Order: sequence, then structure tokens, then C-alpha cells
Amino acid sequence: MDALMLDGNAVAGLLQEVFAVEMTTATVSCNACGRTEAVGALRVFRGAGIVMRCPHCDNALVTIVEEDIRVWMSFAGARTLQVAV
Amino acid sequence: MIELVKETARTKSIVLDPSDWPGHRAGQHVDIRLTAEDGYQAQRSYSIASAPDRSRIELTVERLDDGEVSPYLTDELRPGDQIELRGPVGGYFVWEPPQGGPLLLIGGGSGVVPLMAMIRLRATVGSAADSRLLFSSRSLDDVIFRNELERLQGDGLRVVHTLTRSQPPGWTGYARRVDAEMLAEVGPSPAELPRVYVCGPTPFVEAVAEALVQLGHEPRGVKTERFGPTGG
Amino acid sequence: MAVSRGFRGRRQLGADAARVPPGQYVTADFPVLSAGPTPHTPLQDWNFTIRGAVDRPTFWTWDEFRELPSETVTVDIHCVTKWSKLDTVWTGVSLDTLLELVETSGEYVLAFCDGGYTTNLPLDDLTGRKAWIAYKYDGEPLEAEHGGPARLLVPHLYFWKSAKWVRGLELRDYDEPGFWETYGYHNYGDPWKEQRYSGD
Repeated sequence: MDALMLDGNAVAGLLQEVFAVEMTTATVSCNACGRTEAVGALRVFRGAGIVMRCPHCDNALVTIVEEDIRVWMSFAGARTLQVAV
Repeated sequence: MIELVKETARTKSIVLDPSDWPGHRAGQHVDIRLTAEDGYQAQRSYSIASAPDRSRIELTVERLDDGEVSPYLTDELRPGDQIELRGPVGGYFVWEPPQGGPLLLIGGGSGVVPLMAMIRLRATVGSAADSRLLFSSRSLDDVIFRNELERLQGDGLRVVHTLTRSQPPGWTGYARRVDAEMLAEVGPSPAELPRVYVCGPTPFVEAVAEALVQLGHEPRGVKTERFGPTGG
Repeated sequence: MAVSRGFRGRRQLGADAARVPPGQYVTADFPVLSAGPTPHTPLQDWNFTIRGAVDRPTFWTWDEFRELPSETVTVDIHCVTKWSKLDTVWTGVSLDTLLELVETSGEYVLAFCDGGYTTNLPLDDLTGRKAWIAYKYDGEPLEAEHGGPARLLVPHLYFWKSAKWVRGLELRDYDEPGFWETYGYHNYGDPWKEQRYSGD
């Protein structure tokens, strides 16, 4: 347990700016353990950038690096992302 | 910013009238960004306390002594000031009346804020869903929305307080941190498949979520919103 | 960008500008930032390894590591998230000491850590009194949330290169980006050239 850890909800605003749709209810599957969770249920860590981890196996599913006008996102740890459009 | 209302010694509700506000859902939050004259910026998220029934929104902010943003919001902000905000955001930690109950809302300190939006919405639409709020505060004086919660009790809403640091003379309620035994007593039972929302400082949410799972509650039925180490 | 009337933030004003890289703000706090959960490796299980492009890997247990010559240094640190902290005091083993007996053809290093974090640097940036494996901050054992039992300390680069919970170095002939270098931050990270993001 980490006192600094947040939920995926904490990055809802940023994700909405990037994707223009509500993202915390999107579901993502982990390519390490295969489990599927809502983005809002992921564990969020703030380091130099943001890391969203699988609540089951801690695998880094999404990383986000923010600048003023650019955002780098990686979904390298995720298998698929399912979004309602 | 329109109005500042003092809730407890440490918390204030800030009433905002955002331009082009699209309305919000109970449980959502806004991201606030403050910019100093030299360009320095700080950003924080605050849950919306008001029910989604007007174009104005209320944020209830707990002043953290060593905070960077909260003391500005509670001490410095004046009616007429502008704040940059983004939102509403967050579709995950949301309750809507058609979802019904039973509803189990568990809040630690300022974690009660998004839960209050849900409770206010429930009252506005006249929902009769079985709803229970288990609210942990340091002392009676620290209980945010105390009078309003007392008024709203009944019609299927039950409010249970636990005061963890000090209790008034004659207090017969809970006087300890939320644990599995307390949750089992407050209910509902896992078999009733309640919608559970837990909000507050991260350690609080962790302990409560673990206790709920221990009691047999379905993990997918429990939604959490962690506020970080200090909350708010 | 609208200015919030009366907002100043918690940063320190009046620091010597020559010590503050462009775009940074000085803080008196020590913010805790982390890419993942805090590991808690017991000291009896802790070891530090230098491996890769070397004749044979070198390996120290915690007790052996603490017996190495150490030094206390005062340095300024700069985080890419814009805070800088001046005059921070650390105690640890210089990378010069650790690499003294290591023969290598490698020119690059990948530091690896408990929890899976990695960061890459040129070997030159670790030698010449520029880097330490630090186990004390301000005279006290380094707290877990700040990277304890030991972290890499490379103050001349952005602080994401000062990897927390470091467990070793892999020496290589080629450069391979570590965690943040892969996901958007700059490969080298010189705060004085404001090398924050990929492509800067």
C-alpha cells in the first residue's frame, strides 16, 4: 500500500482533454496478467510523469508525460483499450 | 467565484459560477489550476459537493496547513475572483438515481464531498433507495455538512458517524477507525449487492476497501476515490 | 493563461538565480514522486551488482556495501516537474569507488531497481565525482519513500536519473533508453539546457 497512490479517476481531466471522451469508464486489459479493469480503477502514481498500474499485478499499463502543448502516452503494458464512443 | 461558506473550522465551500457549464454528475470533480504572476502553476482536483441541479457548483475544500492550493482557496479567494478549472470529469466514481441501491457510502474527512453530491442528488429527485453513509471524522466539530446530514436522514437514508480522535460527552456512537466489524454492523450485507463508494485519504480508502473485500463484498461493486496521503 | 490573483504557491523566492536552471522553482519541501509502489526490500536480501560488459559481475551485500569508503556531499537537485531543492546533503559511496576495480569496454550504463524502474546514462556521467549510491539523506538513513535503502544520486542531471531503490548497474557498449526515456522524457536530461522531453 502506498499513501501516495491514487485511482485512475485522478487523471480523468487529462485523459478527457486528450481523447475528448470520458475515459475513466473505458476498460483496459493488462498484457502481463490478462485481467481487465476500468481505467478509473487503475492505480495512479505520480513520478516524473504519470504511471497507471494494474491493480492486480502492478504492471505499468499506461504512462503519461505532459508538457504544455504536448502529451506523450504509452499503452505498452496494455493489451487492449475498449472505449464507448 | 461567488460565495465562500464556512463549513467547519477547517473547511469552506466555494460557490462557483463557471462559464458554459454543461452540468455534472454526482461524484465528479474539477481540476483547478492556479497561476502565479511569474508563471508558476499548481493544479489540484476537487470533488463537486453540490447536486447537479443548477448552473452553479460548490466545491468543499479542506484547508491543509502545509497545503499549497487549499490555503489559497479557503483564505485568499474573494467573491469576483476567477479560477481556471477543467471539468466536470470522472465517469467512474459516479452515482445516478436510475442505478438505485442499496447504496453504501463511506467517507473519511473531506472524502465525504463527492458522496454528499450523491446524497443531495438523491434527495432532490426523491429517491427512496436504501442508502447508508458511514462517515469518519476526527471529532464532532470536524464533521462537514453535519446539520444538513441530520436533516436529510430518513426516507431510506441512514447516516452513521464515527469520531476517531475525540468524542463529545455522552457520545454513544462509534469512536474508532472504520473496520470490518463496523462495516458489517452498518451493512448492507454482501448478499444484497450494494453499490459501494469509498472516498478519502489513500490510507483510509485502502483499509476500508480491504475490509469490504474481507467481508465478502464483490470487489467490482466497490468504487474508490483516493485523495492521496493528506486528502482533499 | 489567466493569473490567479494573490496566488504565490509554496516555492521559495530569493534564491541565487545562478543556481536555478531555466524553468525551475526552488522549494523547501522534498516532494515525493514515484513511478510505482514503494518497494520494501529487507536489508539482509539487499545487494548491489555491477554486471554487463565486464569480465565478471561484482556484487556487494548491504554489510559489505556499508564498509566501503563513503562521503557526505551537499548538492542541488532538479526535478523535471519543475522543482529544485538547493543544498541537499547526502551520504553514500562514490561511483568512482565502485567502478575503480571494474574493467569495462562499456560506455553506457543502465541502472536497474527494485520495482522494475530503469534509467540510462553515459558511463562518463557517473565518474569524476559526479555520482553516488546514497544511503543517507541529511544525516539520517534514507527513507523508503525517498528511495531507501539506497538510491543513485546524479545531481547534474534531472532527478529522474537519480534512480530510487537502485540495485545495480548494467554496463553496455550501446545506449538503451530506460523507463522515462522510453515514455517521453529526454534521453540525457541536462537541466541547464532544459532537456526535459524527447526531442528537446
